[in-house]
Amino acid sequence: MVEKLLEVKNLRTYFYIREGVLRAVDGLSYSANKGEFVALVGESACGKSVSALSIMRLIPYPPGIIVGGEIIFEGRDLLKLSEEEMRSIRGNRIAMVFQEPMTSLNPVLTIGRQLAESLELHRGLMKEEALEEASKLLKLVGIPDAERRLNDYPYQFSGGMQQRIMIAMALSCNPALLIADEPTTSVDVTVQAQLMELMNNLRTQFGMSVILITHNLGVVARYADRVNVMYAGRLVESGLTDTIYSQPRHPYTVGLIASVPRLDLPRERPLYVIPGLPPDLVRLPTNICAFAPRCKFAISKCTEQKPELEQVGTEHYVACFRHEEVPALTELECER
Amino acid sequence: MKTNSHLVEVKNLVKYFPLLAGVMRRKIADIKAVDNVSFNIKQGEVLGLVGESGCGKTTVGRCVLRLYDITAGNIYFQGKDITTIQGEELRKLRRDMQLIFQDPYASLNPRMTIGDIIGEPLQVHNLVTDKEYKRKIAELMELVELEPRMVDRYPHEFSGGQRQRIGIARALATRPKFIVCDEPVSALDVSIQAQVIKLLKQLKEELGLTYLFIAHDLSVVRYISDRVVVMYLGKVVETADSEELYDHPLHPYTQALLSAVPIPCPEVDRQRKRILLTGDVPSPLFPPRGCRFHTRCRLAKTECREREPEIKDLGNEHLVACHLV
Repeated sequence: MVEKLLEVKNLRTYFYIREGVLRAVDGLSYSANKGEFVALVGESACGKSVSALSIMRLIPYPPGIIVGGEIIFEGRDLLKLSEEEMRSIRGNRIAMVFQEPMTSLNPVLTIGRQLAESLELHRGLMKEEALEEASKLLKLVGIPDAERRLNDYPYQFSGGMQQRIMIAMALSCNPALLIADEPTTSVDVTVQAQLMELMNNLRTQFGMSVILITHNLGVVARYADRVNVMYAGRLVESGLTDTIYSQPRHPYTVGLIASVPRLDLPRERPLYVIPGLPPDLVRLPTNICAFAPRCKFAISKCTEQKPELEQVGTEHYVACFRHEEVPALTELECER
Repeated sequence: MKTNSHLVEVKNLVKYFPLLAGVMRRKIADIKAVDNVSFNIKQGEVLGLVGESGCGKTTVGRCVLRLYDITAGNIYFQGKDITTIQGEELRKLRRDMQLIFQDPYASLNPRMTIGDIIGEPLQVHNLVTDKEYKRKIAELMELVELEPRMVDRYPHEFSGGQRQRIGIARALATRPKFIVCDEPVSALDVSIQAQVIKLLKQLKEELGLTYLFIAHDLSVVRYISDRVVVMYLGKVVETADSEELYDHPLHPYTQALLSAVPIPCPEVDRQRKRILLTGDVPSPLFPPRGCRFHTRCRLAKTECREREPEIKDLGNEHLVACHLV
């Protein structure tokens, strides 16, 4: 029996700025099972990071505020908890790894101190014990010569090593959920492979769930069990990884997958190009399909109504009025 | 000796940056950014240059454009040695070679309108009369698919992809023959990347350009390049025709690099052989002796630790620097 660890229901996070209301996340729903590797895919400003910060209740107020929805984690709605209760969950049950390790680590404290601090705080360890535990954690994430390196400062580590330290810190309290926000965007491909492999191994070892926020469709294909595709603050498609890649039903998903050059296909294969730019979330009308202005298959209905997520197969959901025709339409488009 | 079909030739290029220390800023060591690199680029070709951060690929690009003074070696452009030319001669050469930058946010002056940004090279090189100036800018904007009516706007009003188009228009202003594209799409979103790659390809065909395409994304490089040079820690490890390199990589580093790129298709990806490299790239201050890759190479032998491998020509324009091949 699969056990649901996290369920995000109709989450809405808005930013009230001078230009108006920016609906960064606007009716987002998805879930993660225990031990599952879930990917949240989308391009910049689609709301994927804001949705992660909403789970951690780390939205800067003002201008941001969670205006509605539920975030059920281990049976409790995180949005109803007091700040005190939330603090016992943040970093403890849910941990987060960010894109830029250099800006997340304190440059004037040694790595040992920073790791030990969270261990003392969350697990009530004494100074000596905490340091010992810290060196164990560094070993776990594959930092050679861990004991000696506890005395080093962040700048003395490479980007990949810094990200390993961030992962060690996130794991220090044995969280049930790890949210990784673009963890490998600032590192090289060979290091990316190392870090992803590490995270995936630790996930199985500790039985954590992982939510990976990324725009890299290759990494998603390799590691994720389930994929959620976001566009303009909501899901446009959601399903098991194999389904999403083999039978994408939303025109945006189709375009996204076909617009990356692939090493295994002939070089001459023309790249699919999604025309236009992502929408301005302040000015976007709320009662249309947000992708319609860029969609090659848009019909008048798409600019009159907002499509809701609909089940189209086993655990496969799509928000598109023409989802039934999309596979045939794409084939036509490819032949042209 | 020089055949005319080579637009650019790089021979034994070496570029060291001094590492300065102390109050007197004395030089205490050399950072060996590029160490004995040779390649050539044919007229009308796209040559890809790949490698991880710190491998020296950007430095090579800048040396070729004479933006850095090189430590040793020679650079030929259209058969002419441009290694040491100066003054007016160099200024004239700049018209023929241009650069497209990685970061479209940092490379455009925020206080200039995009018309002035695109037109600046025209004025610097005195290429048009005042009358033609406006028309020429509109032409360039159309070429990169920007609307000419936006000419008086400022960079901050544009998205990343549009800014990259502005950068491309500026590079095209002097009607160059050769453009170094330094990571032109890595700062862009997936859907915008495809747009810019397509534009670069289209412009190359229309204007008969030659590119040196520097990037770390191997799938993008394969898509756009005719031939590819792979660099590691300041050295070329492998050079081959694009298809050939990706189908039959011979250097262990190229093999590892390729296998680290996940393919966005779960079925295909599951069946691929993966080679996971351990450790980080060593510092170019103290590069390993022998083959520079031996510290991370799973096949390294004693010979690799002691002697630097020569570049071997396997015919078919496939060159490899590895003792084991």
